[in-house]
Amino acid sequence: MNYQYSIGCSLTNLKGIRDFIRTSLKGHGVPEVEISAIVLALDEMCSNLMIHAHHCNPEHLLELHIEVDNGRKFVFEIVDDGDVFDINSFQTPTMDNLVHEKRKGGLGIRLVKSIMDSVEYMNKNGKNICRLTKTVPNQ
Amino acid sequence: MVHIKRLQEDGVDIIAVIGEIDASSSIELDLAIAKSVGEGFRKILVDCSALEYISSAGLGVFMSYIEEFKDKNVTMVLYGMKEKVLNTFAILGLADLLLIRADRQEAKQLANELSV
Repeated sequence: MNYQYSIGCSLTNLKGIRDFIRTSLKGHGVPEVEISAIVLALDEMCSNLMIHAHHCNPEHLLELHIEVDNGRKFVFEIVDDGDVFDINSFQTPTMDNLVHEKRKGGLGIRLVKSIMDSVEYMNKNGKNICRLTKTVPNQ
Repeated sequence: MVHIKRLQEDGVDIIAVIGEIDASSSIELDLAIAKSVGEGFRKILVDCSALEYISSAGLGVFMSYIEEFKDKNVTMVLYGMKEKVLNTFAILGLADLLLIRADRQEAKQLANELSV
């Protein structure tokens, strides 16, 4: 099953993104705690893109695709045409560093990498695609 | 969207966070904590019982105060978190860096013990 959503790069739209993901995952037997974690990871990815690649320009669009395979494997794609913001190219900061440097950023990358199984980047027809996958174990 | 209410009780400042904290609203939390510190409170409790969601932007706000609070001898205790919110703190191991308690009474007790 596939779900799709398109939205402007305004941080006030993050709520809409969270609602879309939550609604799409419901009915697939994903435990509530897993849904919350996935919603969080996608929020982090989209807010990073909005801020760093699109400077919060609401006229720039992000497209989200969700593909559900067997009800266990979930593929999430974020499609845009801004600068590539590859979280794999950032070293994940240690918690100690984050505290000492009083950094408010960097935590999101840690969260996404902890929650998702993989984060890959590709380019298709001039668009950037960030693909995140997550397999939810049988209960 | 987040609403923040403050209430003072026995020299303790209680900041109640209601709703969702993400990259668009974390500034509200930051301002509320900064205001409390600016007003000279040494014991700050954060009531998270109506907090429905927090992303790294909000977690980053709490973390950014850890060192300053050590220097200024300010104690901040978070309490009343729902399981889904607590889980976000747990993924990052933040439960070891921040003071988190189940309810207001426990939070107040800890704040009082630590600021003697």
